[in-house]
Amino acid sequence: MSAEVRHMKTAAELALAETYAAAKQKLPGKGPLAVLREDAFRHFEAQGLPHRRVEEWKYTDLRALMRDLKPLASPPDASAKARAKTAGKIIGDVECRRLMFVDGAFASELSDVTPETGLAIASMNQALAKGDALVGTHVGKVIESKDAAVALNTALMGDGAVIRIAAGASIARPLHLIFVATGGKPASMFTRSLIVIEKGARAMLIESHEYAGAGSGDYQVNAALELVVGDEAHVDHVKIIAEGAGALHVSSLMASIGARARYNDFSFSIGGAVVRNQLFLRFDGEDTVAGIRGVCLLKGRQHADTTLVLDHSAKGCQSRELFKSVLDGESRGIFQGKIIVRPHAQKTDGKMMTQALLLSDTAEADNKPELEIFADDVQCGHGATAGALDEDLLFYLKARGIPPKEAEALLIQAFIGEAVEGIEHAGLREVLMEAAVAWLKARA
Amino acid sequence: MALLEVKNLHVEIGGKKILNGLDLTVEKGTVHAIMGPNGSGKSTLAYVLAGKAGYEVTEGQILFDGEDVLAMAPDERAAKGIFLAFQYPMEIPGVATMTFLRTALNAQRKRRGEAEFSTPDFMKRVRDTAGHLGIEQDMLRRAVNVGFSGGEKKRNEILQMAMLEPRLAVLDETDSGLDIDALKIVADGVNRLRSPERSMIVITHYQRLLDYIVPDVVHVLSKGRVVKTGGKELALELEAKGYAEFADEAA
Repeated sequence: MSAEVRHMKTAAELALAETYAAAKQKLPGKGPLAVLREDAFRHFEAQGLPHRRVEEWKYTDLRALMRDLKPLASPPDASAKARAKTAGKIIGDVECRRLMFVDGAFASELSDVTPETGLAIASMNQALAKGDALVGTHVGKVIESKDAAVALNTALMGDGAVIRIAAGASIARPLHLIFVATGGKPASMFTRSLIVIEKGARAMLIESHEYAGAGSGDYQVNAALELVVGDEAHVDHVKIIAEGAGALHVSSLMASIGARARYNDFSFSIGGAVVRNQLFLRFDGEDTVAGIRGVCLLKGRQHADTTLVLDHSAKGCQSRELFKSVLDGESRGIFQGKIIVRPHAQKTDGKMMTQALLLSDTAEADNKPELEIFADDVQCGHGATAGALDEDLLFYLKARGIPPKEAEALLIQAFIGEAVEGIEHAGLREVLMEAAVAWLKARA
Repeated sequence: MALLEVKNLHVEIGGKKILNGLDLTVEKGTVHAIMGPNGSGKSTLAYVLAGKAGYEVTEGQILFDGEDVLAMAPDERAAKGIFLAFQYPMEIPGVATMTFLRTALNAQRKRRGEAEFSTPDFMKRVRDTAGHLGIEQDMLRRAVNVGFSGGEKKRNEILQMAMLEPRLAVLDETDSGLDIDALKIVADGVNRLRSPERSMIVITHYQRLLDYIVPDVVHVLSKGRVVKTGGKELALELEAKGYAEFADEAA
């Protein structure tokens, strides 16, 4: 008795179908790429927007949370580009190569595209249009995902970055991909990026999603990044989600990581009405060491969901996952983390910890750690905690003359500091801690 | 006027009476020892002075420099100059000892309307003070009390006291868990801080600590009240006879 009950399509689903039908001829890419889009859309259409009865989306009922679809963003005009210039400040004076994507479109005139040995940068729109080989090889193929949000992104992908870092190259400055919404009018953006880091290369990637318009911002983001990390490469990826207070943000990282690589991932989620941050990672080669960490700072009625699937497909890899959330007001923080250890992935060493700090009686933390282990010689563990600040610790600080708000801030900084410490770049660690301190001050 | 006046203090925790009309007067520049058996209310007195939540004062008064202490928040009391050296110092993962000290010192100074210390001035002070207490630079960089031995934790309390320069220091069983060498270091640290401008209340179960920190006045606490007050010789008497006599007296 499992007769499928088709639900009535929601307004957003109907709008997605109409938008796709109207846009598909104009969206970049022909032949196999057009087929990829079409297949993705059919896959999405068959399941619709994910809802609470879909286990992976249990805590983030996108069908209920996404009431409508905002029109696809128009290419940015001069005033949008002018507003966009303020974006990227969240990382302070950390020296980077800035690549700007304004309302979903690559803005080369706002980006640093000066040549550098071993680094190739292109726009996804152009790469799709001309049937670029790298795009043909990897887009939609890095991690075969059944996820509805990823399928939607594939169906409607417009622009984004296509970056290739040659074998053995060491890229001096971090690459900062800035995806900024400028808020001229309600809009939706479907950016897709592909970054291929070849064998033995060293790179640091920063991805920030920001808002540079007035008010809280009435827009929707569905962003996806496919990342290929070659054998022996050393890669850091930091994603900052600092959307406007009215934004709906869904983003997906799909990463395949080669052998003996070092991979360090950090997510910092601070802005947006509804945020779903998906990380799908797979170890494809042996003896890789990875750290996957994140911090979520939520207040008001913010909802942020971090969903991680980590697939140990090769033996001898070590992964450490640490996710911290600080929840104030009526916010809701969700962490779902699944570690899969394939039968041949012996000697896997994986440890996952998620901790939520609740600053109010009305905040909610949902933690769902899962282990699926098919190998017999592994070390895996997970832990989850949720609680308020320790009253005895607070008293100790207050008894030394530290006012209550400052004492709380100090303990909260210490709480998230443990995760932030995992970022290798000292300057970036500092600016993210500063952003956290600013968040705490705004709270007081 | 005495620096501290505790008058007829009655305190309950969760409906259970712990202090029953405690009186205590501490003059400026004096060191008072409070001794007593387990459960006599020694630590409760320490926590009530510092302002810990959960202690309900049902009657009585605490005046510090003539001001009503019970009306002040813990951080306010600290800024006025009341310092509690904890029996069990807390571990604060992620907060470096140096950061903690500077935050506390500058918060107190700010509240008192004094200028905050510059980084170099602060560093110099903390290095000098830590040196006297045999505290290594490495310990200052580590998170507060995390991975510290019992002796290190107590030395860290005395370091905080030295940096914050309180007018009244309450040392709650500072000797507990210390071997004789660690005890001497801590007592030396405390003695260095004795001054005509600073009063101390040394709470201890054992007379041993008072060989090193010699008090001006000794009080015996039993069942939530001071049942005997005397000079330093009272401590020796207690050591010889035990607390049995006072337990009966208070009953």
